[in-house]
Amino acid sequence: MTSAQPTRREIYERGRRRRSITIATVSTVLVVGALVILIPRTPGWEKVQQAFFDGDVFVDTLPTLVDAFWVDVKILVWSTPPILVVALLVALARNTRSPALFPLRAFAVVYTDVLRGIPVILLVYLIGFGVPALGLSRTWANPLIWGTVTLVLSYSAYVAEVIRAGIDGVHESQRAGARSLGMSNHQTMQTVILPQAFRRIVPPMMNSFVSLQKDVALVSLIGPVEILRQAGIEKSKYDNFTPYVAASLIFLAMTIPCTRLADWALARQRAKTGATAIS
Amino acid sequence: MRTSPALRRLVPAIAVGALVLAACGSDDTSDDASSSSDAPTDTAAAADGDGDCAATIEDGVLTIATGEPAFYPWVIDDAPETGEGFEAAVAFAVAAEMGYDADSVTWVRTTFDEAIQPGAKNFDLNLQQYSITPERAENIDFSLPYYTSNQAIVGLEGSAAEGATTIADLQDVKFGAQAGTTSLAFITDVIQPTQEPFVYDDNVGAKAALEGNQIDAAVFDLPTALFVSGVEIEGSSVIGQFPADAGGTTDQFGFVLEKGSALTGCVDAAITTLTDNGELDAITQEWLTDFTGVPVITAD
Repeated sequence: MTSAQPTRREIYERGRRRRSITIATVSTVLVVGALVILIPRTPGWEKVQQAFFDGDVFVDTLPTLVDAFWVDVKILVWSTPPILVVALLVALARNTRSPALFPLRAFAVVYTDVLRGIPVILLVYLIGFGVPALGLSRTWANPLIWGTVTLVLSYSAYVAEVIRAGIDGVHESQRAGARSLGMSNHQTMQTVILPQAFRRIVPPMMNSFVSLQKDVALVSLIGPVEILRQAGIEKSKYDNFTPYVAASLIFLAMTIPCTRLADWALARQRAKTGATAIS
Repeated sequence: MRTSPALRRLVPAIAVGALVLAACGSDDTSDDASSSSDAPTDTAAAADGDGDCAATIEDGVLTIATGEPAFYPWVIDDAPETGEGFEAAVAFAVAAEMGYDADSVTWVRTTFDEAIQPGAKNFDLNLQQYSITPERAENIDFSLPYYTSNQAIVGLEGSAAEGATTIADLQDVKFGAQAGTTSLAFITDVIQPTQEPFVYDDNVGAKAALEGNQIDAAVFDLPTALFVSGVEIEGSSVIGQFPADAGGTTDQFGFVLEKGSALTGCVDAAITTLTDNGELDAITQEWLTDFTGVPVITAD
């Protein structure tokens, strides 16, 4: 029963909305305007512009950077599934309750503590140069293999903790309820706990995924020429930082849509499950 | 009646976009103005001519920079203050020629990249095997070269590169080199192997990859190659060098100075003197190994 005349409340709310849009616009314009006017007035601006925003260098290097970026995408694509699998296994191992499985829980704790505690860049060097030095054949010494292994080890430790937090976040009554319905431990986990846990961990998982997208570049430290390395090479060649700016843009072209997609999926799921969003 | 919520949320974003576009447009004009006003100062600096040996950043002291760490045989034991090692010795000889005795020389460290960026420097001279290139010279000044080096390849016994006498023999070799070096450019531009080379942050990475059987051969400048094969990696040897007269690319190492530095002319004069009186040769003989025994690889 909507009346043609807006209610007083609607008029009031519309007014408030207009007001906040006006304030947001004015303040944004002021801040950005100040930056746009002030930065070019700094004494070093012209040099910075030459060193970071050279249009010719940008156009020259963009194609080689995009080519090199495929190496990153490939590593990302083939390292993500093993990360998820290993992380889930570690998280489940840590959530076991049987006393006989204590060694498994202890292993899971050590795994996450150690691999999460070492900076990825160090792991890349240690594993990427260390393992092939054992005397592997050329095929098995391939840095792409050991770079991927490193990413899987490091990121599965992070993601395992995210999954564990998700599992712990499901209220104990859910488990109790499922068990009282006669479900086995396994069934409870699979049909009651994990589905609820996964919904909660999508945002932190996306966080890890975006982080992984960037850390893939660390594989370049042990040889393969991917975008970060290619940008470094172009930077040396032109003696100009524009390739780094171009590489950053290419990264953003991947990471921003990914996060937006995750946000959208999450919002849709929230709408479906009937939870109200408070903005 | 109502605009959609999504559209309304975009209003600030659209405003920003418009601003940035406007700024980009206005940029060009301010750019032109400032660059034309800059031009006279540039010529003024260049007109200084032969340079002024006293124009150091600290009065009476010559501040010389090198890498962190500095590598053999360029600097021995990462201690340039001792004057041991080729570049340390050259630096002190040039300093003496410029009128600074050993006590008036201060050493500082910079990374390779940071020193060749535009901007003010915290050193008067910097030497860490900087190859003189026209691109780099746009941001910084180079002195005359104090050393000219050939590229050379190092491989383990049984390497796919072994026995190569021409560049054509190296087509199927998996190479490695340090990023941003003439060595890497030499692989990609001159050798042009069928397999993409692996690239490392420093020579240590290339050495690790050789030992880990990840590459067949690594390219270094010749003095580094001899050190790597002779001292660092057991079972490796210098498979060949690429002299300029055989189609190779040589590297000329020069001191790096701030763009338009008044010292550049003075350093050049010192290097010319040292070259003419044979002192530079003597330093080279003392600190760098004899290269005559290394096989030559030709372009065709």
